[in-house]
Amino acid sequence: MAPDGNMTNGFKVVGTRPKRPDGVDKVTGRAKFGADANAPGMLHASIVRSPHAHAKILKIDTSKAESLKGVKAVVTRADFAEGLTGENWNILENVMAGDTALYDGHAVAAVAATTALAARDAAKLIEVRYELLPHVTDVDKAMAADAPVIRSGAADKSVPEGMHPNVVRYHESGHGDVDKGFAEADLVIEESFKTEATHQGYIEPHACLAQLGPDGKGEVWCCTQGHFNVQKVCAALVGTETSQLRVTPSEIGGGFGGKTVVFIEPVALALSRKANRPVKLVMSRSEVFRATGPTASTSMDIKIGMTREGKITAAQGVFRLQGGAFPGAPMEFTAMCAFAPYALENVHQIGYDVMSNRPKQAAYRAPGSPMAAFAVESVIDELCNKLDLDPIEVRLKNASKEGTKASYGPKFERIGLVETLEAARAHPHLTAPLAEGQGRGISCGFWFNHGGETAVSLALSEDGTVAISVGTPDIGGSRASMGQMAAEELGIPYENIRTTVADTATLGYNEISHGSRVTYASGLATIKAARDAVKKLCARAAAKWGIDEEAVVWEDGCAKPSGPNAGEFEPLPLAKIARSMGRTGGPIVGHYEATPEGAGVSFATHIVDAEVDKETGQTKVVRYTVVQDAGKAIHPTYVEGQFQGGAAQGIGWALNEEYIYGEDGRLQNSGFLDYRIPVASDLPMIDTVIVEVPNPGHPYGVRGVGETSICPPLAAIANAVSNAAGVRLTELPMSPPRILKALNDQAHG
Amino acid sequence: MEYHTPGSFEDAATIAAKAEGVTRFLAGGTDVLVQLRADMVTPDVLIDIKQIAGVKDIAREEGGWRIGAAVAGAEMTEHTELGKEWPGVVEAMDLIGSTQIQGRATLVGNLCNGSPAADSVPALMAAGASVSVVGASGTRKVPVEEIPAGPGKTNLAKGEVISAVHLPVRGDNAGDAYLRFIPRTEMDIAVVGCGVSLRLDGPTVAEARVSLGAVAPRVLLVEEAAKAIIGTTLDEAALDALAAAASAACNPIDDKRGTIEFRTHVAGVLAKRAAKIAYERAGGAK
Ligand SMILES: Cc1cc2nc3c(=O)[nH]c(=O)nc-3n(C[C@H](O)[C@H](O)[C@H](O)COP(=O)(O)OP(=O)(O)OC[C@H]3O[C@@H](n4cnc5c(N)ncnc54)[C@H](O)[C@@H]3O)c2cc1C
Repeated sequence: MAPDGNMTNGFKVVGTRPKRPDGVDKVTGRAKFGADANAPGMLHASIVRSPHAHAKILKIDTSKAESLKGVKAVVTRADFAEGLTGENWNILENVMAGDTALYDGHAVAAVAATTALAARDAAKLIEVRYELLPHVTDVDKAMAADAPVIRSGAADKSVPEGMHPNVVRYHESGHGDVDKGFAEADLVIEESFKTEATHQGYIEPHACLAQLGPDGKGEVWCCTQGHFNVQKVCAALVGTETSQLRVTPSEIGGGFGGKTVVFIEPVALALSRKANRPVKLVMSRSEVFRATGPTASTSMDIKIGMTREGKITAAQGVFRLQGGAFPGAPMEFTAMCAFAPYALENVHQIGYDVMSNRPKQAAYRAPGSPMAAFAVESVIDELCNKLDLDPIEVRLKNASKEGTKASYGPKFERIGLVETLEAARAHPHLTAPLAEGQGRGISCGFWFNHGGETAVSLALSEDGTVAISVGTPDIGGSRASMGQMAAEELGIPYENIRTTVADTATLGYNEISHGSRVTYASGLATIKAARDAVKKLCARAAAKWGIDEEAVVWEDGCAKPSGPNAGEFEPLPLAKIARSMGRTGGPIVGHYEATPEGAGVSFATHIVDAEVDKETGQTKVVRYTVVQDAGKAIHPTYVEGQFQGGAAQGIGWALNEEYIYGEDGRLQNSGFLDYRIPVASDLPMIDTVIVEVPNPGHPYGVRGVGETSICPPLAAIANAVSNAAGVRLTELPMSPPRILKALNDQAHG
Repeated sequence: MEYHTPGSFEDAATIAAKAEGVTRFLAGGTDVLVQLRADMVTPDVLIDIKQIAGVKDIAREEGGWRIGAAVAGAEMTEHTELGKEWPGVVEAMDLIGSTQIQGRATLVGNLCNGSPAADSVPALMAAGASVSVVGASGTRKVPVEEIPAGPGKTNLAKGEVISAVHLPVRGDNAGDAYLRFIPRTEMDIAVVGCGVSLRLDGPTVAEARVSLGAVAPRVLLVEEAAKAIIGTTLDEAALDALAAAASAACNPIDDKRGTIEFRTHVAGVLAKRAAKIAYERAGGAK
């Protein structure tokens, strides 16, 4: 093996399924999550939240709360940094309202007391006087001429003149001439779609323990997907220096993008600074729903033209995304992902980022892409139905390949869409007979994947075992994958390696665990750090043998002379070199720090069978198959888990999950009783097929897999349901009342 | 908060009568404790009835059944004889919550929590069940349909407590069934619930009771729906009349759980489906 080269086969550890290193901790309850940390003298905090969708804050009277026994600190916006700009200002405005409450659940004050009950009681004693303002929570209504303005001057330069001030960003992309393309089509279908906001639904509410002293030194323990980001943002919001704040990530009970955002840590720090005691802050489930990251809701118009033979001649889409009371709805991703699976001569897409009186949207697995796929793939399904064409063949005919000019601009490198479609075509699911009342749906999906700033260090112990420190919280089994990749490089057993997610003081800056980047970027850095360590190990052997470093190779966990010319020496195993490292030059540590940019894009094809009860509108997903390109599956069980997890969350999003707002602009369903994520009995066994088309940007060919898996489900399920019901469903979720209404409208229309 | 563990229902009633502030009885606690933790209802006086002798018994009584006020759902499901006679009541109770909830939740708690969507209540009403109400002036037997008053409210007076549920003699050629509509497959709250109990004379329905949940401020006993199938062999026309009567009885609200239109329609669908199951259980061939 060339030490700097890529390898795509001949693996010993990669591709096997060793035990997960965090398994015992998690099944025994030893794993420490966000709310599991305690400190001597610790206070408990509670946040006061706006019950109004939009209201001016006239006065906050904290005197009664402050005089309650046990209360040690109360904070409002005045206790945070002033003069922030850009995204830091937006984050602070969301963490603690300024002069206006912008959504139901917006934080307006917080209190810390000696017990959680005292904090809760004190929070009720904080009197806030509001002046109600008109509100809007629907994306289309928020763009209408008469919509109340959430914040004037929030729009950036991209927005064309004449748009409502709630439209804050605009995107346009594409190529070719769509009018010419539509004229060449035998059939053009135009359809509008809507999707409601959904929550990431992680099982662990946000929680932290924070301490900030008068000297500006602080500590935070929290559950997050990115502790370096927490460090940076908190330092700015409370006005201290980044390096004076040390952030340690807990085990994480799910994030799915929703824990890339900072909500409570600055509040706990501000309370701690005021009380000069450690402060623990744990969100309730209702707070999680009301004030943390749902996805954007959308309104979309799609137009696609196709020839009788199934060639797409032109495609165009308009995507309006509502992202709450702040800019940032991922409409450019929606627009860019929409037609990415297809090689199109004529394509055009427009995106609008729209503000409304809802919580600030947060990333949720491939932010923006699943909705686009829902709209686009529904129209393609309808075209196939009307033209009597096979949905897989049509997709194969139009599929993007290496060298295709992507709908969003660049030329694709080696990609695996065709391979996923071929694997789907060969799968027995596709030809299995359907029972009465059942329908089948197909969809493709696309996600970019991401690289990002990454630092890894790999230290040898004197007994020959290895400690890897990574800066990316393990949200999908990355500690196992890192161990496997290091074991592969070092030639030692997987069990001899322990991977730890290190705190912010241990490593250089690591970007958040997002963008399906961890196995790609931290994996690449781990491989390179291992190779750095191997180089040092070879140097020690060379010094011992008195030969050139270049004359030593690393094979099967040992330093060996590179050939007969190098000399005759017994191979030196890693453990032997490690045992004497103190005397031969000091500790051996491998490093790698970089911003890798070769994250390969990834495609998937899903097949779904759904059964619709036409008397009640109830849907049951009876069979589900995920086919996805993983590049190279380091730990196939985890890869399959990501495939299944994306499908499971997609089933919830497609069928029952939704943010429901009342006329008063208040969230009606801030709990798992009425916010319906699927329960185990709602799901069939989700079948998976791993396709491996290596990513040229990773030494082993890895592509991120965590997000692409949620791109096709909404569309695949909508196609299955529409085919089973005999009526096209264009709004998510496809809840029973909505399906029954569509059936009734069809019967009477 | 005061916490009491009386040794008799009479003592429980006395404590409740004298109590000041918000008072709750503690059976399984799956409503009371959840509401407490969620900061919805914090009782001033909590009266735990589980120390009272006999509260966990399921016993024969005049050919029917007496089910103690603290009998948990799981204990009903595991009782084979009860399930054979009243499968609808048992399956309604069994639908409540999860395995953990089943270890605690009771019929009486479900009834007295006062939810219009309570799952066991339509089944109990259809079955013709009654409860023993203990108060200052002694004990009286009250039909289940006289207990609910509206969302979160019962007709029990201050100082009254229920000691047991009574199921009548089942008799021959009879069957009951309960169905609910939820968007998921479990762990959900009924959007519509329907209980049907009937007795056959040959292939003809001789007696019937139909009850609907979650379609009005309280669980309804729908006489018109029962009339629609009495004297029929549950043919298509009878089923359509049943569905129409069930839908007509609905007085639901539009809310996050379902529209008026949806609930009204599905009430008819479930009434038909539950009636067919009850008919089959009663020995009628379909
Ligand atoms: C996760 C979960 C899932 C659930 N799923 C369902 C479901 O699917 N369907 C459903 O219907 N419900 C459901 N529930 C609600 C609850 O479990 C049921 O209502 C249950 O039957 C209540 O019984 P309990 O013994 O726990 O009542 P408790 O909580 O002990 O009491 C409930 C009420 O009854 C009163 N009470 C109790 N005993 C007496 C008495 N002897 N005399 C007079 N009043 C009394 C109390 O004062 C209180 O107001 C669920 C609850 C949870 C937490």
